[in-house]
Amino acid sequence: MKAPAFDYAKPAHLAEAFALLARYGDEAKLLAGGQSLLAALNLRLSEPSLLIDLSCIDALRGITLVGSKLRIGALTTHTAIESSPLVAQHAPLLTLAAPHIAHRAIRNLGTIGGSIAYADPAAEWPTCALALDAAIVVASASGERRVAAADFFQGLYQTDLQPGEIVSAVEVPVRAPHQWCQFSELARRHGDYAIVGLAAVAVRQANTLTQARLVLLGVGAVPLRAHAAEQLIEGKALSPARVDQAVDALRDSITPVADLTSSAETKRHLAGVLLKRILSPVVSGV
Amino acid sequence: MSSNRRNLPPVTGHDRYIGTSASRPNAARLTEGRGTYVDDIELPQMVHVAYWRSPAPHARITRIDADFARLMPGVVAVVDGAEMAKVCKPWVATLSHMVGMKSAPQYPLAMGTARWQGEPVVAVVAQTRAQAEDALQYLVVEWEPLPAVVDTETALDATTPVIHPELGDNRCFTRTLDTGGVDEAFARADAVAEITFQFGRHTGVTLEPRCQISDYNPSEKRLTVYHSQQAPHMMQDLYSRQFDLPESQIRVVCKDVGGSFGIKVHAYPDDFATVALSIMLGRPVKFVADRLESFTSDIHARQHRVTGRIAAAKSGDILAFEIDDLTGIGPYSMFPRTSAIEGNQVVNLVGGPYRHQQYRARLNVVFQNKTPTCQYRGVGHPIACAVTEALVDAVANTLETDPLQLRRQNVIPDDAYPCAGISGIKFEGLSHQACLDKITAMMDYPALRREQSELRQRGVFRGIGFAALIELTNPSAAFYGVGGARISAQDGATIRLEPTGAVTVMVGVGEQGQGAEGIFAQIAADAVGVPMSAVRVVTGDTDVTPYGGGTWASRGAGIGGEAVLLAGQALQQNILALAAAILKRDAGTLELVDASIIDATSREAVMALSELGRIAYFRPDTLPPGVAGELMVTRHYAQRDYPFIFTNGVQASLVEVDVDTGFVTLLKHWVVEDCGRVINPMLVDEQMRGAIVQGIGGALYEECLYDDDGLLQNGNMADYLLPMAAEMPDIDVAHIETPTRSSKLGAKGAGEAGTAGAPAAVMNAINDALRPFKASVYSQPITPEKILRALGKV
Amino acid sequence: MNATLDQRLIRITVNNVVHHVAVSPRQHLVDFLRDELGLKGSHVGCEHGVCGACSLLVNGQLVRGCLMLAVQADGATVQTIEGITQSGAAADLQAAFVARNALQCGYCTPGMLAAALDLVKSRPHATRAEVREWMTGNYCRCTGYQAIVDAVCDVLAKRAAKQSAAGQTGVQS
Repeated sequence: MKAPAFDYAKPAHLAEAFALLARYGDEAKLLAGGQSLLAALNLRLSEPSLLIDLSCIDALRGITLVGSKLRIGALTTHTAIESSPLVAQHAPLLTLAAPHIAHRAIRNLGTIGGSIAYADPAAEWPTCALALDAAIVVASASGERRVAAADFFQGLYQTDLQPGEIVSAVEVPVRAPHQWCQFSELARRHGDYAIVGLAAVAVRQANTLTQARLVLLGVGAVPLRAHAAEQLIEGKALSPARVDQAVDALRDSITPVADLTSSAETKRHLAGVLLKRILSPVVSGV
Repeated sequence: MSSNRRNLPPVTGHDRYIGTSASRPNAARLTEGRGTYVDDIELPQMVHVAYWRSPAPHARITRIDADFARLMPGVVAVVDGAEMAKVCKPWVATLSHMVGMKSAPQYPLAMGTARWQGEPVVAVVAQTRAQAEDALQYLVVEWEPLPAVVDTETALDATTPVIHPELGDNRCFTRTLDTGGVDEAFARADAVAEITFQFGRHTGVTLEPRCQISDYNPSEKRLTVYHSQQAPHMMQDLYSRQFDLPESQIRVVCKDVGGSFGIKVHAYPDDFATVALSIMLGRPVKFVADRLESFTSDIHARQHRVTGRIAAAKSGDILAFEIDDLTGIGPYSMFPRTSAIEGNQVVNLVGGPYRHQQYRARLNVVFQNKTPTCQYRGVGHPIACAVTEALVDAVANTLETDPLQLRRQNVIPDDAYPCAGISGIKFEGLSHQACLDKITAMMDYPALRREQSELRQRGVFRGIGFAALIELTNPSAAFYGVGGARISAQDGATIRLEPTGAVTVMVGVGEQGQGAEGIFAQIAADAVGVPMSAVRVVTGDTDVTPYGGGTWASRGAGIGGEAVLLAGQALQQNILALAAAILKRDAGTLELVDASIIDATSREAVMALSELGRIAYFRPDTLPPGVAGELMVTRHYAQRDYPFIFTNGVQASLVEVDVDTGFVTLLKHWVVEDCGRVINPMLVDEQMRGAIVQGIGGALYEECLYDDDGLLQNGNMADYLLPMAAEMPDIDVAHIETPTRSSKLGAKGAGEAGTAGAPAAVMNAINDALRPFKASVYSQPITPEKILRALGKV
Repeated sequence: MNATLDQRLIRITVNNVVHHVAVSPRQHLVDFLRDELGLKGSHVGCEHGVCGACSLLVNGQLVRGCLMLAVQADGATVQTIEGITQSGAAADLQAAFVARNALQCGYCTPGMLAAALDLVKSRPHATRAEVREWMTGNYCRCTGYQAIVDAVCDVLAKRAAKQSAAGQTGVQS
């Protein structure tokens, strides 16, 4: 199918983009990498009057270390994150997660800002943002605000983003000493949206994890923190029995939404398997 | 690849290309983006059509208001079913040899009632496809939902609505086959296994969607259709009959075809609609299905529920098979090949490799409000093979016999041919035993079993699955012609000597990527006696090629190839006769080798072929009186010795099942196949590999998922899962060659056997891996969830 | 900036030729290349970014041509299969595809070659498993992929051998 007709603007500055957003409101769509939006347009699932192409706005670019935060500009592509030494050093979870995103051609254009704003609950970046306790930097004509990832993702494709606002960056706290992180997914085929995925971040000392943040993708309307499992393992030397308890707690605490080929029950089971597989090496001290 | 071709005599006097892995002459241009697919063609005055398709599985169309749509920019015409019916006659797709088969009249655009989600209802023609789609949004179609027949299991119940009331019920076709003695065989059996199988409806997903340009020229009442199609002459005949035009006024041209697999061998309602629009408008109309409409309008296939039983004796002898097959085909039998063939094949093929003496089968083919199904690569074979081979494994397990050994014991022995199979099918010559021996060695079966057992101790669960199979190829007229379908069982080839000594070969069988043109060039080069570089092959144009059936049922090499061979050898005889006249020698003392006429004894060149061409075409005045060169020869070939020429083979799959996640890793796949004489080993290997991966698609991934209301849930490329590179195994291929004696060439078909066997081999391998848990899965596609359910984990 | 439904003027370099053309904002890059420039080598397979038949190189990067608007390519350098062929950059891959019969119908082939070219350039030491993983973004319905993987591996090996020979003789390649 061919996309419906729309107009196109490519502002050079955020202020111009805000002005267009103010004028067009809901009739405008922001275009970053376009890897989800253009598919939706071609399928006529979305019919905006105006596309606002953000690609020329320098303020949305770059990966920089700002104090204790790694600031990743909204226009940073998945490929750029995947290959960034700064990211590998300060936010290695993202380096682990990036190859799971679709395929090379998609990663070359798709952006972290687009992914965060689109808020697909099966996508990698919202899940990692929550696991890393990242802040979503949101810009508007009235300035910038920071929203904790935990507050940003509110429902299926729904975020805290208000009319007139643009995701400008993601700020990730730089890796703490002894930070341990893991990312794992179960996808039918390489590059597919996963049936279930798990991002895990904690401070590890030998077989003990503290400040653990376990975040599931693909099980609900938003990336889901597994609080019950986190509490069970917090500060305790991990044993196989404790891992099993955490797995049970995880399964008990979630109510997954079925997809086309996997029921809620299957997703619940698989989420537990992922947790067990991520934690088991910690038990054995590997 | 390895091959035991040592005993095969050459086909021609000088087999230089036949039997070699020569590269396809038409491949290089495709790597440079220089193909010509239908969508690449632009004609003057051409307009584009988009179809408004039924959004509901069953709906009464109450009002069509096109006033706004007609006002949209670029719109040329908006046409509904009633208007189009004035131009194009309806059709009913039945075959007279399928006794009792019925279907209802079908029109290019739905007439008042739409019977599946995706059925075309209104055509909108505009200057561009985008404009046509824009206008579709302003077309007002009002409809009322009608109760839909969704579940095949209840399609024949008295309380289920009848889709075509005039047919009386929702049954398209039914058949029973009973050799007698089945109940007695089961009664005396030492081991019996019974399994209910589910096969998910899937579709072909050619990477190039279906497409055509129809160009009707009213000044000469002539229709030219550029079509992405497998059977140009069949379409010419159908257009002739539905539009009342003489065949000679219709030209169907198939240039490059971007994948077909049976999807493009049928006559779709939108094919006729696009032609009708061109006739109505007197200008070229292009239709290119977009991917979403492909999923609801391309034929589907393979939706079967089969209950199967097998009986065996303690000795390991298989005594009997029994099956009950229920298949749903959509609301109409598909034109012109019909939708009952697939189920009919299942009945014919179950138990095919084995020498049991009792068999009973029952088939019900029912209508439903889903996309019509029809012949797709393998046609019934994947179902029959999976049912047969899973039952064989199950009974081997009961008897505690090695599954490979049980097969070896029960296959029809290689020295028993010709003979008939239990369903009445005729076998000319098969090589099950040789194939089983070869695959055992290829895969080092004992070592794999040892490894499997060691790994099990460490909690790694691997499985080995086999599939012995037969496949029907080189069909005679028994397939369609005797049932009244005007689909050519014969094919022709014309070969012309050019003045320079080059040859041009025109064949009714076309090219969709299998390499048909490549092997025709190989055969022609050897048959005439010229280098392959001097051969130009032309296919896919009804104005140019001899009449033929096209590409289906694995007939390209066996039927088209034989026609090329016969024409090439006849041309060589004519060339030598002319050379003899020019040289005033006995033709028997001359040979034609590498574009040179040589002395048969001394092997010395006596005349270049180009010199003969020069004389024949430009200086005929110098020829002796009464001598003329007949340097363009046509020969036809129809396989008339058997209804079909069967091939056989065996596949093996090695998988690892993650019993925590239900995920399956395909580690390796082996195949030994016997397609008779192998004309090009590389191309046969690649047919096998591609077909196996398509079979794996059905076994693990592909399914058209409908909800309870009859709406397709995954009709897009992201949600309908196709096999991709990362998950596919490497596939080792080997050949046994048992040439058919029904032709000089001895070639049988090779295009579908891979798809026929792969689902069985993979399913058996998975169930072998699950055996320690006494778990099994017989529902395809085999998803992680189905495996977890079998293991009791969810 | 005045927003109207008019076409936009873009400057785009396609296969080393600079075009100044007016495009409709809604037209994606593959339709633009095929319909406006007559470059029919890039194929449309799904138009929702899944099949990979329209893969091509934009500013040297592999992208899906259906997931980029022509108007977004303003200022960009695009290489289609026609340009890749002309430059000779993929000549060894093209030859290997023919030798291995790594194509049947050919519809996926231009996109597949673009992906393969990206691979051999950016991952010259890729293993067979990595080749399978990399090429998995592009559908092929005919070959079953093995021949494609073989062809790419052949080229990786040949390029590596050439590289190491050049290194030994001190020749810059």
